[in-house]
Amino acid sequence: MHAARSRVYITGLGPISAFGVGIDPLWSALVEGRSAIRAISGWDASGFTCSAAAQLAPELYEVKTAVPKSYRKATKVMARDIEFAVGAAAEAVRDSGLVTKATEGATPTLPPDRVGCHIGAGLIAADIDELSGALATSRRADGTFDIAHWGESGMTNLTPLWLLKYLPNMLACHVTIIHDCQGPSNTITCNEASAGLSIGESMRVLQRGAADLCLSGGAETRVHPMGVLRQIFAQRLAPTPDGVDPATLVRPFDARAAGTILGEGGGILVVETEASARSRSATPIAELAGFGASQCFCSDTVGVAPENGDEIADAIDQALSEAKLTPADIDAIIPFGSGIPAIDRIESAALHRAFGTRARAMPIIQITPFVGNCGAGAGAMAVTIAAQALRTQRLPARINTIGCTELDANACASRPAALKSILVTTTSLGGQNAAIVVRALA
Amino acid sequence: MSTAPRIVITGMGWVTPLGHDLATVWSKLMTSQSGMAPIDRFDARTFPTTFAAQVRDFDWTRFVNDPSIHSGAGLNTCFALGAARQAWQQSGLNAWKGLNPRRAGIYLGAGEGVLDTPNYVASNIAGWDPSANKVDGRKWAETALRVMTASKEIEQEPNMPVSHLAREFGLRGPAYNCLTACAASTQAIGEACSILKRGDADLMLSGGTHTMIHMLGVTGFNRLTALSTSKGDPTKASRPFDRDREGFVMGEGSGMVVLETLDHARSRGAQPIAEIVGYGSSADAFRITDIQPEGRGAAASMSMALREAGLEPHARRDDGRPMIDYISAHGTSTKENDSIETRAVKRVFGDLAKDIPMSSVKSMLGHLIAAAGAVELITCVLAIEKQMLPPTINYSNPDLDLDLDYVPNVARPAKIDRCLSNSFGFGGQNDTLIVSRFDSSSSDSRAS
Repeated sequence: MHAARSRVYITGLGPISAFGVGIDPLWSALVEGRSAIRAISGWDASGFTCSAAAQLAPELYEVKTAVPKSYRKATKVMARDIEFAVGAAAEAVRDSGLVTKATEGATPTLPPDRVGCHIGAGLIAADIDELSGALATSRRADGTFDIAHWGESGMTNLTPLWLLKYLPNMLACHVTIIHDCQGPSNTITCNEASAGLSIGESMRVLQRGAADLCLSGGAETRVHPMGVLRQIFAQRLAPTPDGVDPATLVRPFDARAAGTILGEGGGILVVETEASARSRSATPIAELAGFGASQCFCSDTVGVAPENGDEIADAIDQALSEAKLTPADIDAIIPFGSGIPAIDRIESAALHRAFGTRARAMPIIQITPFVGNCGAGAGAMAVTIAAQALRTQRLPARINTIGCTELDANACASRPAALKSILVTTTSLGGQNAAIVVRALA
Repeated sequence: MSTAPRIVITGMGWVTPLGHDLATVWSKLMTSQSGMAPIDRFDARTFPTTFAAQVRDFDWTRFVNDPSIHSGAGLNTCFALGAARQAWQQSGLNAWKGLNPRRAGIYLGAGEGVLDTPNYVASNIAGWDPSANKVDGRKWAETALRVMTASKEIEQEPNMPVSHLAREFGLRGPAYNCLTACAASTQAIGEACSILKRGDADLMLSGGTHTMIHMLGVTGFNRLTALSTSKGDPTKASRPFDRDREGFVMGEGSGMVVLETLDHARSRGAQPIAEIVGYGSSADAFRITDIQPEGRGAAASMSMALREAGLEPHARRDDGRPMIDYISAHGTSTKENDSIETRAVKRVFGDLAKDIPMSSVKSMLGHLIAAAGAVELITCVLAIEKQMLPPTINYSNPDLDLDLDYVPNVARPAKIDRCLSNSFGFGGQNDTLIVSRFDSSSSDSRAS
């Protein structure tokens, strides 16, 4: 017999995407139907069959602006993934009206040991220019690598803290230091399901009373040579032919879909117990009403092509059951919707199993066609958009997809809609799934 | 007050530098043996550190039903398959057909896979354009697409051990991987217990697996000056709590446990081996490189676990023993960790700290990074089972400030019913588990 569980509210949104930091630029683009996907800039990606992405331009975000002055030095040891998490956390904290240690001289709203932090992360790749430049110092005349030279002196061309730029838990580490979060903290690394699972874990931590508030979400960039290479190897990326606008290429649930395009970013949300929100007079944006998690059966083991959507539907069932909702109570769905045909297929099957005949009529909200596939950050972006749609009682626009008959997923303009509950699902390369029900405040 | 189900361990397994089964490794720990030797996985002869504790002579194919399914698996996944199969077997699940896969989940603290170093390095060197002082993307892609391979890249994703284990054992319930550096598998087991307590699954496979014994792994830790660079006998290099400790020694491997609610274990006639009674997790929120000097976060994590277990750290039991009989220290053999951990234990247990033996099996196994916590939890369970304390070897010169009972050099018998296992990660992640002898006479659920 469980005690009555505390409600868990979202009280701050901190998305970070190619549109910049914060909900406003992201939401405007989604409502207006503008995609941020274009040819990769900053490095030459023309050697790959996919050379487009949704990138966050340097003029839209600089990590130094997101940290207190005393912490600026530490930004030198942040991989780009970490920079995103730090910027997203600062924005979420600001949006929620919370005062943390980051506001120098002010008294924090909450005792540090009651603040947790769950930030999903990806497999962070070493900065290729930094590492290659160092490795090249140990190149023999014939171009081969001299490991003896590397061990003796070559490696000293890497900064002493080099490794710490790339440990996945450094996203949460920097965020916990900046905002002084001393409660439970975790780094879930399940590919595209990382942020969804992290938000679920924050819910559980809050429900069991181990913290009152958590910074929760995820961030990643794969828009670098190793990231693109790995995604091409995993058969996930849409080719980008010359003369075709890459912004039109991510077409979730469209028969012509040929893959996804990478994005970068993700988001952090402030999530807290009802009691905590009330005691600091915070305005809740939406409620995290239900959560479920599961593992797909993948005959290929690594989950490039899971067999079916049964376990995604299991996670949906769990989330609905916790929220005490039936399929009829869900007003819109944000699936992973990546445009990867094998994954679109199992997601569609899962929605049909979970929602029966209603599946065809349930509006799908797209994210990937606008901001690309943000990997470990994707689920946080989805929960953020769900909260914003509930708050504004509006469905964003959809682009690119045409001719889909299985789901309500075809391109259309944004429109006002009566929305009480939105379901978010994420599914990963590797087969881990999370499902989250986000509910409007009564 | 509500009650939560009791969580029991019904199976354990490990693959370590001292062997690939519970009995062999335990007997080596009891006889103070070391797994350290010169690195032979790559040519490390000119590196600041030339030795590590490698897993040797390990044939993972013996542990799986059909090796072809896992043919691309990385070394970390192979270790995990070996450890998990042992746990599965000990828990009687090999022979039991009643498992509901949707109620069986997995929570690992697995590290990333090993880089395809030669081809990765070759691509980076081929792509390097010295005149521009950066990589030529086109040249890099041309080489990388030619020399690197899909499976070796995909298998590096840190969730791949989860995916392989889920496939091997037919798990379709909640599935997670966390990677909180050296604390990962302790945290994974703690969170797996929380999932079971909440009723979201009946059974969880949990633990960790990792190897960083590869060129860039050793490079990274050498640059941080975290590793022992001893030029003497490698078996003497890991010396936790000793005055002359000067860094950790890398190990590798995997530890796995099968966790179940007591009801589920009973319903299928499985024998509980031990019970997880407490879990604590905290963040230092201090610095990316240093541990909070007072051990604030470490103490918070231990205190949280003790609170969950309903144990008062300053109290003694009726027979005079402290509430904890043995602490499996994080005990890395770095100056900083061992001092601060000692301080944190004193902070939590006060005057009783000196009465609680605390040792570090990292003196013998090396540091298994993400897998360390799971392996050390298993040593705690075996300590309870065998009534023996594993030693801290290479303890020859006491450090004046470190004055606890570190079980120096030789294993010794003791009355052991309850152990506490600590794991602290780079970046200030702290996790603690408390494991207890299974007491079949007490109630089926615990107050929470």
